Amino acid sequence: MKLIIAIIPSHKMESVIHELDNIQVYRKTVSNVLGVGHPHTEVYRGLLETGNLVKKVRFEIAVNDNLVEPVIQAIIKGAQNVEGDGKIFVINLEDCIQLGTECRGSTAIGQ
Amino acid sequence: MINSGDTAWLLISTALVMLMTLPGLAFYYGGLVRRKNVLSMIMMSFCVLCIISLQWILWGYSLAFGNDHAHFIGSLDWIGLKGVGLQPNPDYAGTIPHLLYMAFQMMFAVITPALISGAVAERIKFSAYLAFILLWATFVYDPVAHWVWGKNGWLSNLGILDFAGGTVVHISSGISGLVCAIVLGKRRAYGQPIRPHNIPFTVLGGALLWFGWFGFNAGSALGANELAVLAFIVTNIAAAAAGLTWMMIDWKNTGKPTLLGGITGAVAGLVAITPASGFVSPLSAIFIGVLASMICYWAVTLLKKKLSYDDSLDAFGIHAVGGITGALLTGIFAEKTLNSAGNDGLLFGNPHQLLTQCLGVVAVVIYAAVVTYILLKLIDRIMGLRVDENDEIMGLDLAQHEESAYTLID
Repeated sequence: MKLIIAIIPSHKMESVIHELDNIQVYRKTVSNVLGVGHPHTEVYRGLLETGNLVKKVRFEIAVNDNLVEPVIQAIIKGAQNVEGDGKIFVINLEDCIQLGTECRGSTAIGQ
Repeated sequence: MINSGDTAWLLISTALVMLMTLPGLAFYYGGLVRRKNVLSMIMMSFCVLCIISLQWILWGYSLAFGNDHAHFIGSLDWIGLKGVGLQPNPDYAGTIPHLLYMAFQMMFAVITPALISGAVAERIKFSAYLAFILLWATFVYDPVAHWVWGKNGWLSNLGILDFAGGTVVHISSGISGLVCAIVLGKRRAYGQPIRPHNIPFTVLGGALLWFGWFGFNAGSALGANELAVLAFIVTNIAAAAAGLTWMMIDWKNTGKPTLLGGITGAVAGLVAITPASGFVSPLSAIFIGVLASMICYWAVTLLKKKLSYDDSLDAFGIHAVGGITGALLTGIFAEKTLNSAGNDGLLFGNPHQLLTQCLGVVAVVIYAAVVTYILLKLIDRIMGLRVDENDEIMGLDLAQHEESAYTLID
């Protein structure tokens, strides 16, 4: 069991979801995060502020081992961009518990 | 002879119509776009208010209402408001200062180009937009206002009925919006789900439009009189009937009534009652509201999908389609017994009125579409109309204004 965390440009969210749907991986958690990107400036009442934290989207997807590579490929395909912006992290997963049925491990992940 | 009651009502009406553009339309449109474009949307309404307020006193009012030239456009006699003073001008409004009539009309000139911003949302370059509204107000709005409302304008002479601007404001802006949407092309995210980011904003803006519309329609009686009361009442009736109708269609077609549907329907009803407001009875207003809602629903769901143009916030689907519906229904439901300055419509034994209304619609549609197309092509050659792909992805708030509406983490 692995936990795949992907940080991608926010405008690529829809196409990543589309690619994941294509390989029938539906279970995921998506959140708004700030990450380092190209620096940009913002101006408030004449004061210039430079920030290099930009809005990105984080996917967290828990999968059984056979799906790790397909999910990585799907994210790479869906999130591809000219700047090469984004990262994928793969982490070993100790356990997974489904609330309600309380079943554990691979069955609880269900994908 | 100046009447203090009329003057007071027109001062209030002028302020009410101002409220329709900012914050009314600004928030109505602002809520409908994605969160990265909300400031650019509000900015467009704000800038129209600033720019057209100046254009109008410098040359716009004179072009629209000045002494007639060939029944097509006003002269430049009143440029810079020369000769427009505190005495009434009996040609337009005999009981209020001429300056006040000018100010009331100014707010109409302001909201009209602002309506077009809904069709160009999320992709137009801000500088190109500023150039466009200035040229559009001068070459489209001012002549069309002259045709319909100017003394000796050709449509006015033919006896077209447009009480508060269905043709001048809504058809002209809506058709121009369609041309803008087609010339600019689709947003790059077109086809993916693009959801409104803040529906409470849209309802707030829509409700302010409804509130301001009392000034728009009842103020167009140009006095605190019986006609203003009639316009006030039918305005509310049409909005209510149309809002309810849209919600019911939603309920039937998709299983659930929606708030966004309700407020969209109400605005469609307000658009449609605009030309009719001083000429029709309260019961006719119910028909106008219900029909406008049904026809606009068809336009924004089926017609838009079928013809596949990206009229992002339905400037065409609501304002042109609703405006045309209202202009034609005025020719059907108008009653001379209610307003002696008006005329009877088809239902009251005067089919000729419907023909006049049709002619007005066709003339304004063709003129606005052609001139808008020429202006857009001209601006595109000089400065470019659209932002580039990166700016569109980043959002116009950051790309064009270096501001963002919301922080993610404080």
